[in-house]
Amino acid sequence: MTGQITFVTVSVRGLCRNFGTRMAVREIDLELKRGEVLGFLGPNGAGKTTIMRMLTGNLGPSAGSIEICGVDLLDKPRDAKARIGYLPEIPPLYRELTVNEYLQLSARLHRVSNAKVRFARDKVIQRCGLNGTGKRLIGSLSKGYQQRVGIAQAIIHDPDVIILDEPTVGLDPNQMREIRALIRELGAERSVILSTHILPEVESVCDRVQIIHEGRTVFCGSIGELKQKETSLEEMFMRFTMKPNNPESLTSS
Amino acid sequence: MILIIARKELKILFGSPLAWILLALVQLVLTWIFLAHLDTFLQIQPQLIAIANPPGVTESVIAPVFAMAAIILLMAAPLLTARLIAEERRNHTMTFLISAPISVTDIVLGKFLGLMIFFSAVISLVTVLSISLLAGGTLDFGLLLSNVAGLFLISACFASLGLYISCLSAHPAIAAAGALGALLGLWVIDIGAGDEKESITRSFSLLDHYDNFNHGMIDTFDLAYFALFVIVFLVLSIRRLDGERLRG
Repeated sequence: MTGQITFVTVSVRGLCRNFGTRMAVREIDLELKRGEVLGFLGPNGAGKTTIMRMLTGNLGPSAGSIEICGVDLLDKPRDAKARIGYLPEIPPLYRELTVNEYLQLSARLHRVSNAKVRFARDKVIQRCGLNGTGKRLIGSLSKGYQQRVGIAQAIIHDPDVIILDEPTVGLDPNQMREIRALIRELGAERSVILSTHILPEVESVCDRVQIIHEGRTVFCGSIGELKQKETSLEEMFMRFTMKPNNPESLTSS
Repeated sequence: MILIIARKELKILFGSPLAWILLALVQLVLTWIFLAHLDTFLQIQPQLIAIANPPGVTESVIAPVFAMAAIILLMAAPLLTARLIAEERRNHTMTFLISAPISVTDIVLGKFLGLMIFFSAVISLVTVLSISLLAGGTLDFGLLLSNVAGLFLISACFASLGLYISCLSAHPAIAAAGALGALLGLWVIDIGAGDEKESITRSFSLLDHYDNFNHGMIDTFDLAYFALFVIVFLVLSIRRLDGERLRG
């Protein structure tokens, strides 16, 4: 924890991505330290999911560099990916497997040694509130439980960086609160990147917020500062994403 | 890592009724054909004894059963290969594999290996069926072995081609239809060649190469053809999946 390299977990410079002639993501810079929760905000189609897919090696960037704990994702994808846990927008679940089987598969794929697989599995089952569902087929679980299994597979290998794409979508208010508490807890010792549309969620869970609009970062700041200035996140969000984006608004904030 | 993927494939495959239904149907059809050939053989056996160097039971019963087994596997393989990649895409689970610290090569080889283990189960059932003839006489084990080897190699070809076509599609049904079409095409491609031995279309026909194994001849040219066929389509699959990340 002393050196700069271990402290900064995610370092992204000048990330771009084109789909044909359309630029989905342009010049995104991002830095995340251990123990920080970063909220990704932006209207639909702003490029949040595209950025997350690039951070997890699912999509190759057109330009820019990504370093995870000092390991370049493009040079050494396997070493870098071993440090990331990713929950995509639609949880990637095998409906035909039981929760236990699925989590064990996830642990093995993420290089958890054979001796520790069961231990790691029981730990995340406990942590994500999945007790008693181990022998059930994932396909028969409710949406909320499936979402928890999705989070469980992302954290089973104790990653340094956890990337969650809209983890609370479709959950009831109680489940949302539980998941938020879990994210908070995870964020204490790791780095979490969280994308969401729910502004109060960002305010309650995140340390820092980055607003993306049309593939660009339009705002980046800490929640604490916003609270000090007594500006609400909603105000900020509207200011940067409602009207056609003008660059001066960045400096005036 | 390859083994972990293969294990996962088999678990999901045997967790669904598809694998069991296919195993049962293939066995039913082949046993029926086996019995029919055995029946014919027993009828003409008295006449066979009269001629010099008569064809044995291996040649007249087992070889035709293996020839039929190849065609049945040709039909069944697309059903199994279609789901390999296309279904992962459809269920959004491809992200799960790509995000894990494994290479695309591991994914492709693991899936191929998993399917080959299933095919090996089918082939061993056919072999057990053939060996049951030991109860009534002796077998030509050389010919049987060459048939088993041939069936294994040709099913590896079906698997690799099907896997590649599954990589091209996001819909299992389209992948199945595509693989079936391609395999049928490779089966009948030599029809135009007629009796010509050196025809180029004959060199490309899958079942034509299997024919030699079926008659007990293991030819280096056939071995090279099967090996190249499998390698080409596995490499194409890996390249295709790797390229997808760049194209998006």
